[in-house]
Order: sequence, then structure tokens, then C-alpha cells
Amino acid sequence: MIFNIVRKELKSLFSSPMGWVILALLQFVFGTFFLIGVDQYFQTMSGAMRPEQRIGITAFVGQNVFGIASFVMLFAVPLLSMRLISEERRQQTLTFLFSAPLSITEIVIGKFLGLVGFLSIIIVFMAAMVSSMNLWTNVDFGYILSNVLGLWLLVASFSALGIYVSSLTHQPVVAGIITFVALFALLILDHFLAGDPTSTMAYLSLMRHFEPFSRGLLDTRDFAYFILFIITFLTLTIRRLDADRLRG
Amino acid sequence: MSTVTVEASHLTRIYGGREAVSDVSFNLSKGEVLGFLGPNGAGKSTTMKMITGNLAPSAGSIKICGIDMIENPKEAKALIGYLPETPPLYRELTVDEYLAVAARLHGVKGAQVKKSIERAKERCGLTEMSKRLIENLSKGYQQRVGIAQAIIHNPMVVILDEPTVGLDPIQIRDIRALIKELGGEHSVILSTHILPEVEMVCDHVQIIHLGKLVFSGGIDVLKQQRRGNRLLVGLNNPPAAEALLAIEGVVAVEQVSPGLLRVRYNEGQSPAEALVQAAVSNGWGLHQINHDQTSLEDVFVQLTYQEAAEQAS
Repeated sequence: MIFNIVRKELKSLFSSPMGWVILALLQFVFGTFFLIGVDQYFQTMSGAMRPEQRIGITAFVGQNVFGIASFVMLFAVPLLSMRLISEERRQQTLTFLFSAPLSITEIVIGKFLGLVGFLSIIIVFMAAMVSSMNLWTNVDFGYILSNVLGLWLLVASFSALGIYVSSLTHQPVVAGIITFVALFALLILDHFLAGDPTSTMAYLSLMRHFEPFSRGLLDTRDFAYFILFIITFLTLTIRRLDADRLRG
Repeated sequence: MSTVTVEASHLTRIYGGREAVSDVSFNLSKGEVLGFLGPNGAGKSTTMKMITGNLAPSAGSIKICGIDMIENPKEAKALIGYLPETPPLYRELTVDEYLAVAARLHGVKGAQVKKSIERAKERCGLTEMSKRLIENLSKGYQQRVGIAQAIIHNPMVVILDEPTVGLDPIQIRDIRALIKELGGEHSVILSTHILPEVEMVCDHVQIIHLGKLVFSGGIDVLKQQRRGNRLLVGLNNPPAAEALLAIEGVVAVEQVSPGLLRVRYNEGQSPAEALVQAAVSNGWGLHQINHDQTSLEDVFVQLTYQEAAEQAS
């Protein structure tokens, strides 16, 4: 049943120009950064004389592409997630889902997976792009994998928060703005608290947990953080929608 | 035909301390069409939302074919097709795409999806519109898509909230015919504030006012209440009232307007024939004789008003 919701979400994303435009634009941005990365690599490395200054092409280009991706997704995810529930609320189509033999949990998880599925298309393209360098050189696939995984978890967390905010309001635009501000605050939280590395607040920053992935480090603590983040906001969304049914 | 499909008992819904629906109970059997009547804000939509599981009742229970809506919502919802007040349409999809989504979400299996879409489209007269975007359809066609969505999985119970709102007279006639047809194999609950519609399509009527059921019964009972034992007689040279009272069965005469009289008679003793004969032989100048029907509107107002008066006392 969840799969049917996922299918429906993807269908409505691709039946409006929105989905295609976002896919194309993001691909364009990442493609450009990939190109610049490859270009700059030779310039920078020809200047790097000592061996310790030299870094692999995967790390160099990967940092370029995946670094910008986390930033671009900050704009892309709220744009996509804002409509998920608020639009259905406004068009009164939520009744359609509620009257179908589905639990609210299935509806929310289906919507979440639909959005993450869409964003995964972008991530897969990015990974394919960076991996394509393997034609000319040896690529560090472990590094790419850890980056892809990190970005995927980051994007999934963005989506979970986006869905929750979307469930709070009737206005997609309001949901989009709030999601953007909240995500932005969560991302740069550790910048404000840079002076105190042990601060609990700084530990909540999404960037802080994404950073090890982008260095190629897989840490279960970061996994746990992202998974908990996602579960928390999906649970809140389910509760919010359930309140609709109970309180009307 | 006596299998009970919808069993609502003591449904109550409280919104902010005010009872929007209070203590509504009814049963519906297979093949029956139930009309839900009531003025605006009476609690019709709230009741329907509760039956379809969109709203949790504050008290009471709903059983669909014996399955409790609150305990087993998934199984119960699978047996219901629901068209809310505003048809829940995804405007960016085409009719076919939308109906496919509806069919799958209601658990129609892969191979059956196409067949059920075709059947629903045929029944709602949408065959020509398959590839059109719902956004571009007229209000009437959108309403039909809404109905198609409600019957796509061939549910036991079809619940339609004001299905004929915003349609033109021909479409209204089509939709009424469709509802009658649905009544054959499904149970239908229908809410409306168009009174003649109820008389045309429903077997049972419930009038709800201020959240309470004020009338519940067969359509015949309502019709009976309409008819009453009155004749409307138009005479050019009306005689004195005594002359009319002399006719067998007549119990009271009152003047409606000059030349128009209302004649009450005893149950089963229609004086129509005697009256005509008397009029002819005495030269009263009869130009009209008719059953004096109270309009359905009047019955409706009476029923809702009665309840209000009882509450006040």
C-alpha cells in the first residue's frame, strides 16, 4: 500500500513541469561544478609540488560536487516538500487519502519515500557523474559511496522536516519558507557555537553530522542522528494528521 | 436483502463544547438509498465524515458490514466509497491517471485496475474524457469524476455528500439515474438540501437539524405527511359554507382567496366526486379541483420547527 502512495507522489511530481524543471536545473548546477572541479584539479595539482599537498581527484572533485549539493538541496527540498500535505489540505484531497483503506502512517511514509525517491534520482545522477571519471583514472569508490550515503541521509532529513512543516499549514508557500529557515538554522547552528566544541546545541547541527561523511568517514553516531531526526519528524507528522481526525 | 451494511449507533461529535452531531443512530440495509436532509450546518457532513472514518466520533460507534470503523479502520474503509462535499481531485492528472490512482489506493489488484476504470467511466459517462486533464474539465464533469472515484472499487456502501451541487439540469437527471442504479447493488447514503431529489431517488429519509435526527423513516411516510386530507376547490359562485359541509365526508371549509376554498375531509372519504356533482347541479361554477399538497419544503420546515419548539418548552 505504501508503494501506491509513492507511485502517486512521483506521478504528480512528474505530471507537472515542476519535477522536470528541478531535475534539469539541479543536474545543470552539479554538472557545471563537476566540470569546474575537473578543470581546476589539473591547475591546482600542477602547482602542488610536495606529495602531501596532493590529493586524489575523487576527493577534489567530490568535495566540489557534494559540497555544493548539500547547499543546493537546502533550496530544492523545501520547494518540493512544501506542497506535499499543505497542497492536499488546500485542495481538500486529503479526504481522498483518509477515506482509502490506508493508515495515516502509511500515507506519511509513502509521501516521504516518494520525495526521497525523487531526490535519489538526482543523487544517483551525481554519483554516476563522479564515477564516470573511472574511465580515465582510478576512482575511490568508497569515498563516493560515503558521500552519496551522507548526502542521501541529509536530504532525507530535510524531507522529513519539510513534510512536518507542510502538515502544519494550508499555505504551501508558508511551509516552504518555514522549512527553509528551519533547515538553514540547523545547518549553520555549529557556526554560531564554533567557540564551544562541546556545546550540546552545536551537536544538533545537521552539517556537523554530514561533515564526517564528506570526508569519507562512516560513523554510527551520525547514522543514528540522521535516522532519529527522520523518525522524529515523521512521527510528529503522523501525530499532526491524526489530530485532524480526532479534533477535526 | 436484509443484510445490514451501515450501523451507526449513538454518534456524537463535539466541537469546542458544542454538539455538532448528537446521538444519531440509524441502520442501512443492502440495496437501499438513504437520503440525508437538513439545513446548512445541521451536521450532515459531519455525520458523513464520521461514517467514512475521516473524523473520530466523540461517542458512539460505526459498523460497516459488521466491521467496526474505529477498531479496524482499514478493513471498514475498504468497503466504502466516499465523495466529499468538494470532490477530492488531483487537478494535474488526467481522468484515467486519477482513476488508476484511486483504484490502486482502494486495493484493486493490478490486472483489475483497467477494467474497473472502464466500468466506472462508463457508468458516470466519462468515456470521452479519458485523456483530458481534470483541471480542464467543467464543474459537472469534475463532479462525475468524483463519483467515479467513489464507485471504482465496487464498494458495499457509497456515500455521496451533495452530489448534484453545481450541475446543470440534464446532468442532475443523469446523476440521479446513476444513484438509483447504484442503489440496486450497493447501499447509498446521499446528503442534499434539494428536497424533490430525495423524493425521486431515496427509499429512506432522515432529516437532521441542529445535530439531532428529527425524522427517520420511509419515503412513503414523508409523502403521506405531505398529502393530508385536503382538497383545493375553485368555484366561481361559491355557496355558503353550510352547503359544502352538507356533502358527505367534508369536515371543514376555509377560504384561501376569493373563489378558492380548502376543503378538509375524513380519512378515506374523498368527497371529490360528490363535490363535482353538487357543483354542476347547483351551478357553482367549478373551475378547479385538486389535492392540496403541502410542499416538501413545508413538511421540512414543520419538522425542523417542531423540534425547535419542543426544545424551547
